[in-house]
Amino acid sequence: MIDFFERLGGRALGSVHRLGFACRFLILTLRNSGMCLRRFSLVTREIYSAGVLSLIIILVSGLFVGMVLGLQGYDTLERYGSSSALGVLVALSLVRELGPVVSGLLFASRAGSAITAEVGLMKATEQLAAMEMMAVDPIARVIAPRFWAGVISMPLLAAMFSGMGVFGGYLVGVRLIGVDEGSFWSQMQAAVDFREDILNGVIKSLVFGIAVTWIAVFEGYDAPPTAEGVSGATTRTVVTSSLSILALDFMLTAFMFRGV
Amino acid sequence: MMKRKALDLWAGLFVAMGLGALLFLALKVGNLASFSAAETYLVTANFDNIGGLKKRAPVKSAGVVVGRVEDIAFDTSIYEATVTLAIDKRYLFPKDTSVKILTAGLLGEQYVGLSAGGDTVKLKDGDKFKLTQSAVVLENLISQFLFSKAADGDKGGK
Repeated sequence: MIDFFERLGGRALGSVHRLGFACRFLILTLRNSGMCLRRFSLVTREIYSAGVLSLIIILVSGLFVGMVLGLQGYDTLERYGSSSALGVLVALSLVRELGPVVSGLLFASRAGSAITAEVGLMKATEQLAAMEMMAVDPIARVIAPRFWAGVISMPLLAAMFSGMGVFGGYLVGVRLIGVDEGSFWSQMQAAVDFREDILNGVIKSLVFGIAVTWIAVFEGYDAPPTAEGVSGATTRTVVTSSLSILALDFMLTAFMFRGV
Repeated sequence: MMKRKALDLWAGLFVAMGLGALLFLALKVGNLASFSAAETYLVTANFDNIGGLKKRAPVKSAGVVVGRVEDIAFDTSIYEATVTLAIDKRYLFPKDTSVKILTAGLLGEQYVGLSAGGDTVKLKDGDKFKLTQSAVVLENLISQFLFSKAADGDKGGK
């Protein structure tokens, strides 16, 4: 019995300890990111692996999510005789919610896990220690470029997801079903506000980008240097960042769209 | 490992595509291009009841959007709603213009409708509309209809 409480307390303390280390790690990363911002080619390469390689999955999912929204939205709106509001439904749900959230989840599982595995393996094979031996700060050389690449890529990916989704909704709604093209676009433009909807969506995706890449680089850096440890860290990255995306989304939505 | 140049090219293309998508959202999906930079003048109007009118609702005259609802407040000295309208500087209205709160379609959003009067003096910044007509509240309309129906029924019975 005592043993059980001991383990429970130990685990709770351990997670608080890790949280504190994660915060210190973030500050350390920010403080050491001067070098990679000066030598921007380091970041460019990571943008390639985090952003460009996630492009296919983001674009294809965006297209299909938009097409499904078109079908489902038409089905529901048609009952109230307001199928011309299809554009509004597709655009608002994509720009406000689905764009940032779904692309954040995809980004976490596509790019976040890759970052964790890469950094974790570098640690397991003692490449990070070797860098320190050569007086190269691994945080400035390895962690910071990946962090900034993720932060830059995520809003762009979310914007592409939303754009692709609107296009998918247009394909299904206007081309396939035959909703009037003029009312599709004009009602959308009348209802979607640049600051209220689009900019808030961009802010959301930026926050998700910071959260996901922070979790990914931290889990990689903190991973036990074994094969098992790296695989566990990769799993934790996907689970933790997905959960934090959903929780953050609720909080941000509560702040941003309160009534008006 | 890919060559540096190809890498840079792909990353640049990626960023350009992302910014392009943002631009698409801003211009084609949102309403950034329409009616935001134009200069406006403010005119207020009092209403008994504004119904479901919201801030940033359109102000239309003859169906053309000429401004936006800037602010909605409650005036405790007369117990009426005070609505501030921001109207595009290009459109000047006579002093005796009447203001109505209208609904787009049966269940659509509410907007402010202006019908120009015949006065030669134009409205300017800070002025007030004299002639206003409140929003039609559906419940009131139905109850009026029912009462008049009931009254008709009584007459018919006698």
